[in-house]
Amino acid sequence: MAYKLNVNGHTSTVDVPADMPLLWVLRDVLDLSGTKYGCGIGQCKACTVHLAGKPVQACLTPVSAVRDQAITTIEGLSPDGTHPLQVAWQEIDVPQCGYCQAGQIMSAAALLAKTPKPTDKDIDAAMNGNLCRCGTYLRIRAAIHKAAELGASASAKTVQVAHKEE
Amino acid sequence: MDRRSFLKASVVAGGGVMFGLYLEPEAKAQGRGRGPQIPPDPHNYIMVAPDNTVTIVAKNPEVGQGVKNMLTMMIADEFDADWKTLKIVQADIDPAKYAGQSAGGSTATPTNWVPMRQVGAAGRFMFIQAAAQTWGVSPADCTTASAHVSCQGKTLSYGELASKVAALPAPNLADVKLKDPKDYKIIGKPQVGLDVKNIVVGKPMFAIDVKVPGMVYAVFEKCPVFGGTVVSANLDEIKKLPGIKDAFIVKQPVITAPVLPGDPGVENGIAILGQTWWHAQSARKKLVVKWDEGPRANQSSVAFAANAEKMSKEEPQWTIRKDGDAEATLASASKVVEGHYSYPFISHAPLEPQGATAHWQNGKLELWTNSQQPGRGRQMTAALLGIPESDITQHMVRGGGGFGRRLTNDYMMEAAWISKQAGGIPVKLLWSREDDMTHDYYRPGGFQYIKGGLDASGKLVAWRNHFVSYGADKNFASSAAMGPTEFPQRFIPNYSLHASVQPIGIKTGALRAPSSNAFAFVIQSFIDELAHAAGKDPVAFRLELLNADAGAAAPPAGAQAGGRGGFAPPGMNADRMKGVVQLAAQISDWDKRSKSLPKGTAMGIAFHFSHSGYFAEVAEVRVDAAKKVKINKIWVAADVGSQIINPSGADNICEGAMIDGLSELMFQEITVEGGQVQQTNYDKHGMLRIAQAPPEIEIHYAKTTFPPTGLGEPALPPVLPAVTNAIFSATGVRIRQIPLKNSGFSWA
Repeated sequence: MAYKLNVNGHTSTVDVPADMPLLWVLRDVLDLSGTKYGCGIGQCKACTVHLAGKPVQACLTPVSAVRDQAITTIEGLSPDGTHPLQVAWQEIDVPQCGYCQAGQIMSAAALLAKTPKPTDKDIDAAMNGNLCRCGTYLRIRAAIHKAAELGASASAKTVQVAHKEE
Repeated sequence: MDRRSFLKASVVAGGGVMFGLYLEPEAKAQGRGRGPQIPPDPHNYIMVAPDNTVTIVAKNPEVGQGVKNMLTMMIADEFDADWKTLKIVQADIDPAKYAGQSAGGSTATPTNWVPMRQVGAAGRFMFIQAAAQTWGVSPADCTTASAHVSCQGKTLSYGELASKVAALPAPNLADVKLKDPKDYKIIGKPQVGLDVKNIVVGKPMFAIDVKVPGMVYAVFEKCPVFGGTVVSANLDEIKKLPGIKDAFIVKQPVITAPVLPGDPGVENGIAILGQTWWHAQSARKKLVVKWDEGPRANQSSVAFAANAEKMSKEEPQWTIRKDGDAEATLASASKVVEGHYSYPFISHAPLEPQGATAHWQNGKLELWTNSQQPGRGRQMTAALLGIPESDITQHMVRGGGGFGRRLTNDYMMEAAWISKQAGGIPVKLLWSREDDMTHDYYRPGGFQYIKGGLDASGKLVAWRNHFVSYGADKNFASSAAMGPTEFPQRFIPNYSLHASVQPIGIKTGALRAPSSNAFAFVIQSFIDELAHAAGKDPVAFRLELLNADAGAAAPPAGAQAGGRGGFAPPGMNADRMKGVVQLAAQISDWDKRSKSLPKGTAMGIAFHFSHSGYFAEVAEVRVDAAKKVKINKIWVAADVGSQIINPSGADNICEGAMIDGLSELMFQEITVEGGQVQQTNYDKHGMLRIAQAPPEIEIHYAKTTFPPTGLGEPALPPVLPAVTNAIFSATGVRIRQIPLKNSGFSWA
């Protein structure tokens, strides 16, 4: 079956079985390997991507269910790796092996989009599905708080610039 | 110590200069030291391009332990490179150039600390020589910083000097002066992983991400019982399925020994090759195989436990160590404490499942793997395919976690074999999570039946342990051994350690802090039992025990070192251990805080020495009436020598070790029924999640004068007994079996 997919702002047509999970379409057909396979049963969320802005598990999402919803993967989270979470992840030096981190960042991005100033409780609730085998959870918490600060100051700067332009 | 080393420089393609650390062939012929403080014969190199781009080659496999950064920091600091503009490239496997290209045993720090710094310092020395010649000044008047040499107001970049350096003789490495630690600019400062910028944007860098032209995707179905063979399969039907390129039976010799060797290699099974992994995996679900499960199909965990209980009541099969007379002392002791401890098999379960990419072509092989022992894998693969090792080109790719799983190379050999049997097409083999969990080299479970005797003053005077493990003929299965110097040997005058083993037909192997990850739980829990029985404070009792050091002595004649996979820790320094116990008590305010906590909340302490590292840890836990456990805080006191090379990496690894240990403590257990592993995924073999993680982990390093050693492994073992000892103080319930979930505990 041919499916037209909008991934990271680009449209691609793929000819794959209807039940093929989005994860494998991204990885093996579209060469977007940033999204990772960890368990295949929704236990680890290493495969988290955004579908129409909402976090989903690509390993459990058949390609036929995507339809015209925009897909965002870690490769498309920002044009140049400067999303506040990507900056914070580097500043806090979060990863050990790094394998789960794309999924962590995508879950965190969905959280911040909805809750720009999350509490520890908000973070724990939003991130509890994402396993980290290396145990970087304390740094993930710290980096999400850091990204919230960076995001807030980025918005503040935008506001200032906007005022100047007036 | 007359082994002379040379730094060779030569111009390489692209105009850069390449340095290598070479040893004279004579030194090589003398063999490599394997001791922790003796550097093997490592090679490393630095490239300097004319535009002053400095590239450093990282020689060891990176599986998340941070070694790629750490080795580079050692070289870069002594070389005076600019960390911000530095480039790192990962070396291929090349035994002629590099030694010690493996990741295991927390050995990277102690074995590389001297030679990697020497490489950097020798490089710096040569650039100073080149600049001094250019300017006609004394080298002693030149200084370096950020890949530039300066003298009396003049400055040249390393890049501008590179071609001159190529013509210079290399210094004897042993004569190169290393920096005074106070002059470090990179070492000892937190350095963000140089791969992090690529990780956060999802760049392909893991083994699972490898893609080569013409590649097909493979799955490999093995018998659920180790050693089973294929009788028949519906391969004709499978080959007709959409997207399937090929399907075939892989035949390998069957291992019949009662205990499996450490790395038994490729099993029998069925390979399916597809245009994507999903095509191959979907076809696999339609596979109908008739297996001959072989003689191991009758194994079960229930029978293992029953057999262990039976063996514990019989005479031990052999004695590993006997100091003094434990039996007689126990018979006359004021107080005897007895504890039966057990711990389960557990799986490594790194988040990236096993897999490798292989291309067999014209009788030669190219491999892309994330093995922790790639050199060993290359040897085994060469033997399997019947080709010389030199006909294998092997690239090292980042691994999504290791924890010891990738010390073995079954997946590498499978990929190689499948590519060859498929007729020489490039194949990316990827295991499913279920494959990974059911075909692991498990941390072996075990049983320990211990008696301890206290004299009238509450002093520990006798210790007798009957260790019931797995193996045959007075030999232990891989990683199932206990050695003759296991703590508290040498700290108790009457110590005896006996062993009995039963056969096992599932694979066992090293998991992060092998042996120690289980033994610390048993030994430090039992010491806690004794402290309470003696009516003494758990910290004070431990310090008293460490004060009773009889000194390390050679094991008595006839003592058996413990067979395969023994990790008996030689040479624990009692003063260093006392130091971290005191430090842990101090940073946790043990004396005051442990006595002022509300009911249901308590602190526990434990220490353990492994992989040259000294760790004492304190946990504060709250346990409610429903046995829900909340970790309030963990304090970590560590002594891994004079220098923490990358404080950011060190803290990250220590925090991870705590969380890893808590996962083992609460959830993890592999059981066998009908010869098959019953847990297949993370829902049955759990891991700590973020909401369960301790809110705070406070880490202190005791900086001592000893050379730096690793901490990836030794940090982990004490956390399990620190928590269970705290649970005892909070509830009066002594935990002697793990995982905790089997006793009704869960995380709050």
